[in-house]
Amino acid sequence: MRARTPVDGDADAGLVDDLRRAIGADAVHAHALDRALYARDASTIDVGVAAAVCFPTDTAGVAACVRVARRHGRPFVARGSGTGLAGGAVPLDGAVVISTTRMNAIRSVDVDQRVAWVEPGVINLDLTRSLLAHGVHFAPDPSSQQACSIGGNVANNAGGPHCLAYGVTSAHVLALEVVLPDATVTVLGPQDGLGDVPGLDLRGAFVGSEGTFGIATAVAVRLTPNPPAVQTMLVDFARVEDAAAAVSAVIAAGVVPAALEMMDARITRAVEDFVHAGFPTDAAAVLLVEVDGLPGGVAADAALVAEVVRSHGARTVRVAADDAERALLWKGRKTAFGAVARILPNYYLHDTVVPRSKLVEVLTQIYAIADRHDLLVMNVFHAGDGNLHPLLVFDARVPGTLDRVHAAGAEIVAASLAAGGVLSGEHGIGLEKRDFMGLLFGPDDLDAQARLRAAFDPDGLANPAKVLPAGSRCADLQHVPDGVWV
Amino acid sequence: MTGRSALEAFASEVGADGPVAVVGGRTAWDVGGEPDADVRLVAAPVGVVEYEPAEMTVRVGAGTPVAALHGVLAEAGQITALPSGSDGAGATVGGVLAVGRSGLDQLRWGPVRDALLEARYVSAEGRLVKAGGPTVKNVSGYDLCRVLVGSLGTLGLLGEVVLRTRPAPPCSRWFAGAADPWSVRSALYRPAAVLWDGSTTWVWLQGHEVDVEAEAAVLGGLGFSPVDGPPVFPPHRHSMGAAALRTVAGPFLAEIGTGLVHREDPPAPAALPDAVVALNRRVKAELDPTGRLNPGREPLQAMA
Ligand SMILES: Cc1cc2nc3c(=O)[nH]c(=O)nc-3n(C[C@H](O)[C@H](O)[C@H](O)COP(=O)(O)OP(=O)(O)OC[C@H]3O[C@@H](n4cnc5c(N)ncnc54)[C@H](O)[C@@H]3O)c2cc1C
Ligand SMILES: Cc1cc2nc3c(=O)[nH]c(=O)nc-3n(C[C@H](O)[C@H](O)[C@H](O)COP(=O)(O)OP(=O)(O)OC[C@H]3O[C@@H](n4cnc5c(N)ncnc54)[C@H](O)[C@@H]3O)c2cc1C
Repeated sequence: MRARTPVDGDADAGLVDDLRRAIGADAVHAHALDRALYARDASTIDVGVAAAVCFPTDTAGVAACVRVARRHGRPFVARGSGTGLAGGAVPLDGAVVISTTRMNAIRSVDVDQRVAWVEPGVINLDLTRSLLAHGVHFAPDPSSQQACSIGGNVANNAGGPHCLAYGVTSAHVLALEVVLPDATVTVLGPQDGLGDVPGLDLRGAFVGSEGTFGIATAVAVRLTPNPPAVQTMLVDFARVEDAAAAVSAVIAAGVVPAALEMMDARITRAVEDFVHAGFPTDAAAVLLVEVDGLPGGVAADAALVAEVVRSHGARTVRVAADDAERALLWKGRKTAFGAVARILPNYYLHDTVVPRSKLVEVLTQIYAIADRHDLLVMNVFHAGDGNLHPLLVFDARVPGTLDRVHAAGAEIVAASLAAGGVLSGEHGIGLEKRDFMGLLFGPDDLDAQARLRAAFDPDGLANPAKVLPAGSRCADLQHVPDGVWV
Repeated sequence: MTGRSALEAFASEVGADGPVAVVGGRTAWDVGGEPDADVRLVAAPVGVVEYEPAEMTVRVGAGTPVAALHGVLAEAGQITALPSGSDGAGATVGGVLAVGRSGLDQLRWGPVRDALLEARYVSAEGRLVKAGGPTVKNVSGYDLCRVLVGSLGTLGLLGEVVLRTRPAPPCSRWFAGAADPWSVRSALYRPAAVLWDGSTTWVWLQGHEVDVEAEAAVLGGLGFSPVDGPPVFPPHRHSMGAAALRTVAGPFLAEIGTGLVHREDPPAPAALPDAVVALNRRVKAELDPTGRLNPGREPLQAMA
């Protein structure tokens, strides 16, 4: 993947001047290095070139940037922390990048009402840390939570281990202050975060729209009380099939754990080498199961989980004795990607969802697909949701490797869809999976989505060419960037 | 007839032209206004199409009465977020979603809109369109399901939906007392509902028997005693912040923590931002350019 026509520096001078006039010279970076730094996100897609990178400090600044971009007929792209894995924040066509890193204030916290208004650049984990004293937290906890922004979470409708019981980001976003693509500022959803507003759920439509419906400049998030009791269990299996069957059985038994994560043998060994948490390195698969709530119910649920997993062939059930051990187990899970970096320099993290009952079937196919393409695959994923995360580990310096990775990726998507699944559970579509959308949706379905987008962004300047493939709508003029592999 | 053939029959009945409205149990027929007089009425397919309790999802015809759906789920010890209050009256799955009002226990279990995972609906052009997907987690494309909930059938006519299910709470009990509702709420861990009329507070506890017992003891310490259920609700719903509640005049019943307040008088028309009204209109114009779906109904007036 190589950059398409680079943006002509001179042609951009007027644009950059106008942006500087709008929000201040030091808030607009336009050197080649800055533009290159913001050319990509955490995905393997590098087709972008930014015209300029803007760092507004408030909503009016965001609106001003959007106005200038419009005046120059330029697209604009919101950017949070750039941890996105679908190429959502990649600037195409010399787009103006609008970074939210200087918008990281927590505007208000109302513990009685369990609502906080936060700016989009607030880092997910910082929000939860700042709420510690209040006994509440922000429930969505992506594995990238140390780095990703709330705005990025909203735009991608992020998930995470605890979304099994608590729901994805959309369930925790009560209202949004946004700059719409025509540069107007408004609030979608109830002004004070609570209550119903008449009319359509525009808040809900905006969540997950990947920056193509406008830019969120403040988010009213729901605050969840910290559970009084938590039990975290590490369960190990000699057979992957048994682990996957145990996942379904736990849910069928009427327990919805707060989290239910699965790691295969390869990733377990990599993690253990890295964090030394006592993960069983001879297991075919381990489950990390967490139940939370009031103490009586937690004890009952934990006992039931132990019984169910044992009857499905679990070898051992290790219950974290205290918070420290619990934290260690979670550290193993959340640093799995870091552990992988010690094996080979590059990885491609996939994200599809299948029905829980199809976990074994699709996992087996994934191992076979990786074998066929001579690639190493590791699996660490949100099993309770059926949300697979095959991790293809490789060395990009070996010629031809990236092509094999992408070919394997496409086959993994096909296998997941054939099992009745969907393209993405939490990373989004962006550029990465845009051209797979037609595998999941028919022309009429895509047309309906394109119409919803047109309602928000009639001129198509908000993060264009993302999410929907060209031609989703009749007379679609969306341009297809060269060199995008999908 | 359920599933694919029922959906296709529904789509051809809706057809591609002429004003058309879909009718459910008629329990909320006048919400957002009555349909125009010349509207042709159709009904959505009925019946549970596919149910796997271990997937925690159910595929069901939108014309299915909520009571019938809940009856099927109850056999597996599950429930949906569709308000069980509408069971008895004959409300349908599609009607509840189209109206979009959440159940009384949304404080604990979330609003109705989060229950809808996939919708197959008939578009203004008479085509069958799929929105969303059948899995509990899905960010493949735009979340059209969200705008369908609460749209009063003005964007598409729901034919078949996939809903999220969850285990039915084994124990469910109501209490009433005189303590301040906000301090009661924070003394408890995720109650299903806290109601307040300015003097009495009602609390709904749901969950494991042991947990309900333990929290009942907390409530006992605050002077609460068991009651059969909530009080009678005044007919009109308003949205109101906590501060406004402290000074509100006249009888009311507030759902603490949701911003919803039930009163005898209808709410004044909401003053929505112009940009929001414009967006509502643009979504409608995009998805139903000729205005043939449920003409006469206006979601922007649906609070009343
Ligand atoms: C190691 C690792 C682990 C991960 N684990 C998870 C996980 O468990 N769950 C999960 O869901 N994701 C995970 N991710 C993916 C990623 O962290 C999430 O998608 C996250 O939500 C992106 O946030 P960000 O701030 O980095 O957004 P960015 O990458 O900067 O942007 C993502 C998208 O959001 C848009 N956007 C950003 N800010 C705004 C705004 N204010 N308004 C409108 N649009 C905006 C961008 O235009 C872009 O389309 C992981 C990523 C990595 C690298
Ligand atoms: C006794 C009682 C108790 C209730 N309790 C609660 C409660 O606790 N919480 C709560 O939130 N609500 C409650 N309700 C309201 C209930 O949710 C509504 O009755 C329900 O939404 C309407 O369903 P219906 O099938 O009767 O729809 P109808 O009245 O037939 O139609 C209502 C609207 O939905 C549209 N519609 C119907 N079917 C479809 C479809 N398939 N596709 C698109 N549009 C469609 C119609 O065109 C119409 O605009 C209660 C109602 C009653 C009568």
